Amino acid sequence: MIDGLLGLTTGFTSLHWSNPVMIAVGGLLLFLGIKKDIEPLLLVPIGFGAILINIPAAGLMEEEGFLRVIYNMGIATELFPLLIFIGIGAMTDFGPLLENPKIFLLGAAGQFGIFLTIGLALLFGFSQLDAVAIGIIGACDGPTAIYVSSKYAPHLLGAVSVAAYSYMSLVPIIQPPIMRALTTQKERTVRMDIETKPASKTARIMFPIVVTIVGGLIAPQGLPLLGTIMLGNLMKESGVVARLSKASENEITNVVTLLLGISIGATMEGKAFLKFQTLLILAFGFLAICLDTVCGVLFGRLMCVMTGGKINPLIGAAGISAYPMAARVVQREGVKYDKHNFLLMHAVGANTGGQVGSVMAAAIMLSILKGIGII
Amino acid sequence: MSNLTFGLTLMVFGMGGTVLALALFSMLMTVLKKLFPFEKEDTKKGNT
Repeated sequence: MIDGLLGLTTGFTSLHWSNPVMIAVGGLLLFLGIKKDIEPLLLVPIGFGAILINIPAAGLMEEEGFLRVIYNMGIATELFPLLIFIGIGAMTDFGPLLENPKIFLLGAAGQFGIFLTIGLALLFGFSQLDAVAIGIIGACDGPTAIYVSSKYAPHLLGAVSVAAYSYMSLVPIIQPPIMRALTTQKERTVRMDIETKPASKTARIMFPIVVTIVGGLIAPQGLPLLGTIMLGNLMKESGVVARLSKASENEITNVVTLLLGISIGATMEGKAFLKFQTLLILAFGFLAICLDTVCGVLFGRLMCVMTGGKINPLIGAAGISAYPMAARVVQREGVKYDKHNFLLMHAVGANTGGQVGSVMAAAIMLSILKGIGII
Repeated sequence: MSNLTFGLTLMVFGMGGTVLALALFSMLMTVLKKLFPFEKEDTKKGNT
C-alpha cells in the first residue's frame, strides 16, 4: 500500500532543479507563440514538448516513450525537415527571381554569416562539427538548421532549432539598424526598374529540374535538401499535380511541423540544455544573422556600384532565407526614405535567392566536410 | 586537421563555392529564359 503511495511521489522526488527552470522556458516559448504571435506553429509544439520532457519519471524519451518514437521516426532519420522542404518548395514562387536572375548573387552573400560564425565558434573552443551546427543558424532556415544539426551534432539540436526559429522571427528588429548603418541616404532611395521580363511557363518548370541536377552534381551531400525543395516547386509550377502540391503545402507540412516541433522540444531536457554552452549558441546564432545582413547589404552596395546605381543596396538584406519577412523589411525601410519606391518584388527575388542560397551553402558545406573526411 | 585549417577551408571554399554555384544558377536561368522566352500564350494560361 505504501509502495502505491510512493508511485505518486516519484515525479516530485525525481525533480532536478533544472526541470522547473526548463518548464518555465517552455512556458516562455508558449507565451511568445500564443501571445506575441512569434512563429506560433513551431514555438507552441516546441514549448509544450519542453514542458513534457521536463516532467521527470514519465520516460517520454526512453526507448519506447512516444516522444522518442517520434524523434527516431523523423529527426534521427532526417525525414521531417525534408518533408517540410517539399512544402516550402510548393509554397515558393521563384518568378521574381527568374525575372531578374542577377539578384541571385545576393542570396549567396546572405549566407556568408554561416561560414564566418563557424570560424568564430571554433575560436571559442567548440568542436568542428559543433561549430558547423552553430554556424548553420545563419542559414536563417529552420529545416536546414535541423537537418544539419540533427545529423552532425544532435546534442545541440534543441538550442540550434530554438535559436534558428526565434531569430528568424526577430528579423524585422535585427535587420533595420544594420541596413541603415551600412547605407547612405542616397543609396536607400535608389529606384529599381519595375519593368522586368517575365519567365515563361517552360522556363519556370525547367528551373527546379536544372537546379537539382547542377546543384546535386556540385554538392551531392546536400541533394536531399535541394532535391526536396525543388520537387515541391516543380509540382507547383507544372500545374498537373495540384492535389500533391496542395497536400505538400498544407496537410503534410502541418502534420510534420507538429511532430517536428514536439520532438525538438523533447531534446530540451533540463540537465542537457541548461549549460553555458547553450547561451553561447544563442549568442552565435544572433551574430550569424547579423553577419548575414552585413554581408548581404555590403554585396548590395557592390552591385549598386557595378551596375551604375541600378540596384538598391537595401535589397541585399533580403538575401537570407527568412521568407517573406526579410523582403517585407526591405520594402518598409525603402519607403521610409522614398514613399514611392517599390522594392518589394526585387526584395522577394533576393529572398527566394536566399532560400536557394541557404540550401546550397549547407550542401556545399556538407560536401566540403565529406571531401576533407570530417563526415 | 587543425581548427585553423578547418575554419579557413570552410570559409574560403564555402563562401566561394556558394557564390560560384549561385552565379552559375543565375547564368542558367538567363539561358533558360532565352531558350524558352515568354510569350503571350503564357499570360493566357494564367502564368504571369
